[in-house]
Amino acid sequence: MDAIRIEGLVKRFRSGWPGLPPATVLDGLSLSVREGEIYGFLGPNGSGKTTTIKVLMGLIRATAGTAEIFGKPAGDVQIRRRIGFLPEAPYFYDYLTAEEFLTFYGHLAGMGRDILEARVPQLLEMVGLAEARARQLRKFSKGMLQRIGLAQALIHDPELVILDEPMSGLDPIGRKQVRDLILGLRDQGKTVFFSTHIIPDVEMICDRVGVIVKGKLLTTGRVDDLAGHGHTQSVEIVCQGITVGEIPAIGTTAVRVLQQGPQALIVLPNPDRLEDILGEIRKHGGRLISVTPQKGSLEELFFPSVSQGAGMESGRRA
Amino acid sequence: MWPIVVIASNTFRENLRDKILYNLLLFAVLLMGASMLLADLTILEHYKIMTDMGLAAINLVGVIIAVFVGIGLVSKEIERRTIYTIVARPISRAQFVVGKYLGLITTLVVNVLVMLSVFLLTLWGYHAPVHWVLVQAVQLIVVELMLITAIALFFSTFSSATLSAIFTIGLYIIGHVTTDLRGLAQKSHSEAVKVVANGVYYLCPNLDMLNMKGQAALGIAIPLSYQALATTYGLLYAGMLIVGACLIFQQRDF
Repeated sequence: MDAIRIEGLVKRFRSGWPGLPPATVLDGLSLSVREGEIYGFLGPNGSGKTTTIKVLMGLIRATAGTAEIFGKPAGDVQIRRRIGFLPEAPYFYDYLTAEEFLTFYGHLAGMGRDILEARVPQLLEMVGLAEARARQLRKFSKGMLQRIGLAQALIHDPELVILDEPMSGLDPIGRKQVRDLILGLRDQGKTVFFSTHIIPDVEMICDRVGVIVKGKLLTTGRVDDLAGHGHTQSVEIVCQGITVGEIPAIGTTAVRVLQQGPQALIVLPNPDRLEDILGEIRKHGGRLISVTPQKGSLEELFFPSVSQGAGMESGRRA
Repeated sequence: MWPIVVIASNTFRENLRDKILYNLLLFAVLLMGASMLLADLTILEHYKIMTDMGLAAINLVGVIIAVFVGIGLVSKEIERRTIYTIVARPISRAQFVVGKYLGLITTLVVNVLVMLSVFLLTLWGYHAPVHWVLVQAVQLIVVELMLITAIALFFSTFSSATLSAIFTIGLYIIGHVTTDLRGLAQKSHSEAVKVVANGVYYLCPNLDMLNMKGQAALGIAIPLSYQALATTYGLLYAGMLIVGACLIFQQRDF
């Protein structure tokens, strides 16, 4: 069974002014997330990621289409026992201490005091906040709030964890901690569905990715497949003992050449003429150091389609 | 039932950690101090003035808490987006609304009990007679506060905090003059005035029914049948508003 199944989801928001048409944020979105995988929901700002997650969590109602979690309609109160949720830029009751905060959410999930007495310190340790257990949340940094937010999402040991931009606004260390936590969840057999507009986050940890642009799913699949499929791979050749300028065949084929003393870096746009170029190198007495096929990144694959939506962060920040 | 208790106890804890409540308690103590000062200036109506001022202080402080904390009970949760992680838990929205309401009611009851204790101790310190009617009047004040909190909560489920405050205070004022409005309807020759005044009388809560402060100050006992009727009326009206608040909140998008 799929952990999440969304079919033909439409969400329109009223404009607030009579006569103005409603804004369509989700426009027939369909996707599915299998149990036990990390699914990255990638899209630029305003593409409909948070709206999709809000529908899944029952915070808003869809205009049309269906959204199911473990086969039950999204918004079903009982199914929420199996879900952990961290919203984007979360706000919490800041008058509570970290310990009180987790105990409160544990109670809301129906957990008893005895279980929570063991579970709360364990989770605080896991997210690196054991020393801040008696500190009020109003004294927490942004990174600490994100981590305690993750802890509340995990307090009841859910099977599915839904995270909205979990790494947004964190420094490199914080981002790595969150990434490690997500990978740890996969090791425990959990399903993780997280949204982001930062491509490297997806490339690093996701099993599968779905790209949403303007409320529609542009594509979905395994990260490796998407990065390589339908996309011309370049080839990087490093060799020694030749002067590239003296070999016309290389000059006309390569898209980039870098000569540093006896060593040369040659980049071919595709592998089609690889054998010919290798032959030319050998013929001119060159010694081959390495041949590396360059797999396309998600960024290179999606940028032309997504750039119209704007807002996709392509910087490798962590 | 359990989620309601969890939400209510957390709301109570939030109120206790909110310094405004402590300031209001101090305000009540100061007001009662002023009543004692005034009482020293008169001889014949010593007891009446102290009782009047004491009950008015309890009522005023309670109303301020009920209105200004009540209007934020739900709207603040939406504005601050704390609602997201709560609604994502296995609890219904109605349980959340009822839990928030009961949390504030607990705060109000505790506050009123503290103020009543200070008030009775003050009377006892001045060797003034303490009548059972004082407790009866305070019990009806609690019912009035429950009703005002329900009004504030009702408005806060669909309007901003500022609008909720305006609506609640407006209804509080109207609620204390509905009897006069009915009198106006009976005396007026205009059909339009009669319809409007009667409509307001029957639709708006009759808060004057719960106001027994004047009678208590004179030491005149309130019949138990009247107290039961007024209490039932107040609780039913509050209950209807809570049901309305739950129904509206159920339909909201966040």
